[in-house]
Amino acid sequence: MSAGAASAERLSEARALGLTDSEYELIVEKMGREPNGVELAVFSLMWSEHCAYKHSKKLLGRLPTKGPHLLMGPGENAGAVTVGNGLAIAFKVESHNHPSAVEPFQGAATGVGGILRDVFAVGARPIAILDSLRFGELSSGRSRYLLDGAVSGIGHYGNSIGVPTVGGEVYFEGPYEQNCLVNAMCLGIAREDRLIRSAAAGVGNLLVLMGARTGRDGIGGASVLASAELDSEDASKRPTVQIGDPFEEKRVMECCLELLDRGTLRSLQDLGAAGLSSSASEMASKGEVGLDIDVSRVPLREDDMEPFEIMVSESQERMLCVIEPETLAELEEICERWEVRATAIGEVTGSRRLRVLDGDEVVGDMPVDALVDDCPLYDLEPAAPSEQIYPAPPQVLDRSADAHETLLALLSSHNLASRRPLFEQYDSIVQSRTVRRPEDADAAVLQLAPDGGEGAIAVSIDGNGRRVACDPYTDTVEAVLECAANLACVGAEPLGLTNCLNFGNPEKPHVAWQLERSVAGMADVLRELGVPVVGGNVSLYNESGDGPIYPTPVVGMVGALPDAALAPRSGSAREGDVVALVSSGVEPSLPGSELAKLRGDQLPLGLPEVDVAAVRATLDAVRSAARGGGLSSVHDVSEGGVAVALAESCLAGGVGASASLPDGSLTAIFGEGAGRFLVAGERSAVEALGARALVIGTVGGDALEIEGVGGWSLSELRDAHGSLAEAFL
Amino acid sequence: MKARVLIRPKEGILDPQGQAVERALPALGFEGASEVRVGRMVELEVEDASRLDEMCERLLANPLIEDYEVTVE
Amino acid sequence: MRFGVVRFPGSCDETDAVLACERYGDAELLWHGDRDLRGVDAVVIPGGFSYGDYLRVGAIARFSPVMEAVAEHARAGGIVFGVCNGFQVLCEAGLLPGALLPNAGLRFVCRQVDVEVVNADIPCTRACEVGDVLSIPVKHFTGRYYAPEEDLRHLDAHGQIILRYRPGHNPNGSVTDIAGVSSREGNVMGLMPHPEHAVDPLTGSADGGRLFDSMATALAPA
Repeated sequence: MSAGAASAERLSEARALGLTDSEYELIVEKMGREPNGVELAVFSLMWSEHCAYKHSKKLLGRLPTKGPHLLMGPGENAGAVTVGNGLAIAFKVESHNHPSAVEPFQGAATGVGGILRDVFAVGARPIAILDSLRFGELSSGRSRYLLDGAVSGIGHYGNSIGVPTVGGEVYFEGPYEQNCLVNAMCLGIAREDRLIRSAAAGVGNLLVLMGARTGRDGIGGASVLASAELDSEDASKRPTVQIGDPFEEKRVMECCLELLDRGTLRSLQDLGAAGLSSSASEMASKGEVGLDIDVSRVPLREDDMEPFEIMVSESQERMLCVIEPETLAELEEICERWEVRATAIGEVTGSRRLRVLDGDEVVGDMPVDALVDDCPLYDLEPAAPSEQIYPAPPQVLDRSADAHETLLALLSSHNLASRRPLFEQYDSIVQSRTVRRPEDADAAVLQLAPDGGEGAIAVSIDGNGRRVACDPYTDTVEAVLECAANLACVGAEPLGLTNCLNFGNPEKPHVAWQLERSVAGMADVLRELGVPVVGGNVSLYNESGDGPIYPTPVVGMVGALPDAALAPRSGSAREGDVVALVSSGVEPSLPGSELAKLRGDQLPLGLPEVDVAAVRATLDAVRSAARGGGLSSVHDVSEGGVAVALAESCLAGGVGASASLPDGSLTAIFGEGAGRFLVAGERSAVEALGARALVIGTVGGDALEIEGVGGWSLSELRDAHGSLAEAFL
Repeated sequence: MKARVLIRPKEGILDPQGQAVERALPALGFEGASEVRVGRMVELEVEDASRLDEMCERLLANPLIEDYEVTVE
Repeated sequence: MRFGVVRFPGSCDETDAVLACERYGDAELLWHGDRDLRGVDAVVIPGGFSYGDYLRVGAIARFSPVMEAVAEHARAGGIVFGVCNGFQVLCEAGLLPGALLPNAGLRFVCRQVDVEVVNADIPCTRACEVGDVLSIPVKHFTGRYYAPEEDLRHLDAHGQIILRYRPGHNPNGSVTDIAGVSSREGNVMGLMPHPEHAVDPLTGSADGGRLFDSMATALAPA
């Protein structure tokens, strides 16, 4: 059989499904013949960008994946770190960008559903959700629609299933107008010895499908939506969006956790992108076994589904497990009590092949290795752009505006305004662990007492787009440092990181350059900090006729702290507290800053280098001080610089402050740069921070006064800060 | 036989969903729409149509806050 | 003092309720499918989305086997305490007057609010005093309390309005700022705020604990 013999019809089908000609030829070679319809559908999804990471896998190999607290690294449904006392925290972040752009409520909701399943698939009870969102400017009706839908969808799913949404971020920038970003992160808790992996094992064991019936949701979703640029015909893609049912997932989750508790399951895997095809292939690949699946046994929502549709359906709220045949009755009994459908649909074989049967008839027969491991990986061909490829943001603030007007303009800009109108739509307290709720402190803090643990964990999700567009290497470093800084503010030491890399079309040299530089920056800073990547996600082809999104690496970090009660807040409510600016020595600068954006400045190409060692030393000092109990508040100085940080702190504490800064120029007070913190507390605690802490004032009164610069009443600041409320009327 | 139950908020009950829809229509260029009320519809096959009212009273509607209307084919 | 916390498919805050109750007595979970209340002194119906809020919030849960036993327990004068979804279930079951409608703002609201004790004479509020202000979080989509004008007058006259949101703190448009009501006899109470999330200063306020304390005290030998 000649590997080049391809029938014209099959080849054109392959192209329609997103495969290149050479990929198709490789499939024929691996199969030893031409694939039939079922096999072609399965290959096209398994070899899509979304499933196979064709353009990013080689690059991701650069990231550090080892660390002293690591229990489970990349490759499983979620990664996990130990937090002591035999407890593990499993966590991961995933994107659901393309579906959210088409149908924001369901796209965001099912994004949350999917990441929840990834976490309980490793045996951990989900305990927190965070989300990172990016849309176009809110002057666009479409962006308001997407924001509203996404927030409602996240709230709907998370609240209904009883997992608190404890943090997140949202940004509004022109380049996300056509390609919004919805990244959902989940944390779960488990006893270390209870974590389960997804490798199928035990020839003769049963493959059981649990949960919702299978319909036509998202058929071809992964390859149709995630590996292609969106065009203006999105409405016709609507039928392929998945619809989520959090009530079903709640039952499936409780059922799985009980089955895991009883030791009934040999392995567990959730069904996400590419449905049965990818889950089964991966289970078989990890276990170095084969799987036979009988699609006629799969409970269906629609009568006339074909085998390939059943194999690639992305119907939500379904899990796959492997059990020993003797335990089927026990599993069925537990599932019945939870009102969860459970059906044995296949078995583990020694064949190393994925066979799809329809009753007695074999309708597909593929080698597992070819599906999972042999997808060609592509080298990027990066080329640095000679000039900035993104247009300057629209000007909304006059360059002549004084400090008073500028601070109010920054506070009311949608990137900096209070997120209360969003996070009040999320239940942030269910499960009784939340010690610091959204806007209480710079990171969410969750106590471990309800689980028999000591101390607490902290978590933050951070990313940047506009600044990464200025300098992909440097600002990815800044994004990671910002996340670590948020953890340091509450006294938490980072244990591990999960990342979501949101970029445009990697086949274009300037995007390839952004991706390569960003991963290089992330690898370098994580090595310097000693923090491993436990897992993550890549979302490429976020691009439209208008061009690519800003390169947007999003990172979520989990850390541990010994005493939740001492975790400082973002602002001090104690009159008389001493306020100090703690600095790593960085010179604040305006290019690429929020003020530069409001002024409509062109984005620079290149940002000042970051002295990572100096920032790290500052983080360590701040973390240590935050644990000491003498500081009421610790707040990271980031967007909008020191002046904005002071205003945010006053608003958080509900008390004003009077401060005096050595340099009152606009660059000094609104300039940005990594490694600065605002602290407030007892004089002795502040002075213990040493020379890097400059005392600048005192907490008190009902206004923020910066000597020689300006004064703002708390109510004036609060009004400006509340500007996002009108987006949700 | 096929039955259809239309359930709507009682007169006098504040209906924010209806109000939201009523506000949104002119914003999209549809003038002249008013008195918008948003309800629910339940469709079912029944063998005994005489029990439909009771079904509505006990489960399908909450008579304190909702009115219902039954149509049988 | 033994608390029984009912768990429906879709309950969310049942574990939180058990944790809170355990600070004031013993607590156990009661499965919705069982008619047996196992001799608990007070039944707590927790928050969540029982049965997915399908059809109407609480409409399906009220028909669970456990609810028959709860109704009997209430008729016999036993303490029944419904929080959020629990309040909705008790209204649907006719054990409490009125109904809960979608929030006036048509959005889910999670927020710390101040409520004032209007009646401190029922088992669930005996450890409080009239006028006490309790800081307790709300988190709901369907929390707007409604009762027809005439019924409201009766509720007022018979001391069945137990908690009111303080001015400026009504998160959902509840009629006359009602946050919690009781049955005529006073042994059944329902409220939208979540006192089980206000029992520990570490996670917020501890004001909600006063309601559990009230129940525990109500059963203590005189």
